[in-house]
Amino acid sequence: MLKDQDRIFQNLYNDLGSDLTSAQKRGDWVNTKEITEKGRDWIINEIKDSQLRGRGGAGFPTGLKWSFAPKEVGSRPHYLVINGDESEPGTCKDRDILRFEPHKLIEGCLIASYAIQAHVCYIYIRGEYFVDGQKLQAAIDEAYEKKLIGKNAAGTGWDLDIYIHYGAGAYICGEETALLESIEGNKGQPRLKPPFPALIGLYGCPTIINNVETIAVVPTILRRGGKWFASLGREKNTGTKIFCISGNVNNPCNVEEEMNIPLKELIEVHAGGVIGGWDNLQAVIPGGSSMPLIPKEKCETLTMDFDSLVVEKSGLGTAGVVVINKDQDIIKCMARIARFYKHESCGQCTPCREGSGWMWRMLERMAKGEASKDEIEMLGDVTKQIEGHTICAFGEGSSWPVQGLLRHFKDEIKKRNNFDPIVKETQNIPYLVDQHLLDKNA
Amino acid sequence: MSLKRPAKDQPESFEFNSSSLEAANKIISKYPKGKQQSAVMALLYIAQKQNDNWIPLVAMKYIAKLLDMPYIKVYEVATFYSMFNLSPVGKYFIQVCTTTPCMIRGAGKLVEACKEKISENESELLPDKNCSWMEVECLGACVTAPMMQINDDYYEDLDKEKTLEILDKILKDEIPKPGSYRGRINNEPENGRKTLMELKNA
Repeated sequence: MLKDQDRIFQNLYNDLGSDLTSAQKRGDWVNTKEITEKGRDWIINEIKDSQLRGRGGAGFPTGLKWSFAPKEVGSRPHYLVINGDESEPGTCKDRDILRFEPHKLIEGCLIASYAIQAHVCYIYIRGEYFVDGQKLQAAIDEAYEKKLIGKNAAGTGWDLDIYIHYGAGAYICGEETALLESIEGNKGQPRLKPPFPALIGLYGCPTIINNVETIAVVPTILRRGGKWFASLGREKNTGTKIFCISGNVNNPCNVEEEMNIPLKELIEVHAGGVIGGWDNLQAVIPGGSSMPLIPKEKCETLTMDFDSLVVEKSGLGTAGVVVINKDQDIIKCMARIARFYKHESCGQCTPCREGSGWMWRMLERMAKGEASKDEIEMLGDVTKQIEGHTICAFGEGSSWPVQGLLRHFKDEIKKRNNFDPIVKETQNIPYLVDQHLLDKNA
Repeated sequence: MSLKRPAKDQPESFEFNSSSLEAANKIISKYPKGKQQSAVMALLYIAQKQNDNWIPLVAMKYIAKLLDMPYIKVYEVATFYSMFNLSPVGKYFIQVCTTTPCMIRGAGKLVEACKEKISENESELLPDKNCSWMEVECLGACVTAPMMQINDDYYEDLDKEKTLEILDKILKDEIPKPGSYRGRINNEPENGRKTLMELKNA
């Protein structure tokens, strides 16, 4: 288990208070000026050395992302945007940072803004977190009052304004370009990339977008050194991470742990074990609803980091661990996730808008045992038609959980859905007649 | 995608009152000059607060004028985001999360409680009730599931009994205390916390 002094979020459970004085006692804002005096290149290099990867789901190296910002500020100002739209089912880590460690986030905003030469920072918070957003606003006001942000922020000679922008209940706005559209006052529909936001982002200006947790760990990394952060976890999967363990466990909780921690340790030690005992475990969704589930057999030895989960054809995502035990109907659980994606699709790309509904309706019927045998393959086919055929990663996010279900629980579905197809002749005709066009060897 | 329809009965006129207007101007000043359109979501939200939790079409037209943008763009935004109510809801607007993490911890029972106490169908505002309810997608409090949101506040760690108690209070126009209903502190493991013990005991 990670040592307490290596935990970055000391106030994760609000034992100490989230106000500025308490935060300063924990070491926030202590030597911000000295850190910035070491220069932009030092900051970016230190973050690169720490091998910090974005905590929002995709796991993109943060230092690298910052280095994409233009070196000189041209005619267009730079922006820093913080993504606090946390809507992934199973994830509730950013909320705790917003309400209990706001000063880590604000200080991180100042350092990151300095590194990428932004004078304005927008923090995008999902609309439902209004109360938590008010707490962050109070912390921002406090920081303005103590001159930690604003003109000559914290004595660094850098001017920074931080504004909160509330979302209004759209999951898709967690996608970075949809988030920018949303801040610009449009529907949250993702943009095509390239151009990437680092060059053309908010209002057409260079913009760096980071998750709340990513930015909040930055000040601690710079204080304790990139090497310290890199010494935790393993190569390329370094540092600590807040895991949210929900679902059928005895004590669901948020806990900050080292990367690469065994899943079993997370569940047994921190979350008090699976309801009904470890043997009652059915499957685990390791990283928020869009990551494919992992069956019990693999959970025994699984370690939680970006790369080891990719090996299991899943992903760490946001580290929202949803534990599903044998009392639950796994097909129903996935059908409900499919309904979530059907509801949240922004409607821009046809494969996703239509396909997410198909997946939901087919899974609902499969949960009731009303589907025919051939529809199981057809469902797999539908997921393949969505994946990779959309502007943003929502297509993957909605089809991966269904693929995970088909990969690991096909027998369960077959057992329940044993009808012969109504029209038998169509059995061998692939659902997409033009499938031959996808042949890579042609 | 979800379908949203504006209400049939629409008021004739809408204008921000002075406090709303002040709040609106403060928000517009957050954005660069000429980019006042960015404030549209916040302004719709202010309009919703002022107008008993829902946004009439005249309010969208008013906001469009205020921000110097086409009405259709305001309408687009208002229909896209699920938190904007385009038809009347209760003074207390109850949203029950039923996405998988809540579902497997018994969110269905919360829905049952709402059906018993408030209305058989969701999004139904009965004339003798001060509240309405609906099922929503993940509200981002999965660790304290099942949960529901009443106006701005989260009510967490619920079961059917506790939900019925909360709804009873709401129906009597009292605001119950938000937060966990099993008395746990924030998102810590309820018993058997293993981390940051010194701070807890300090």
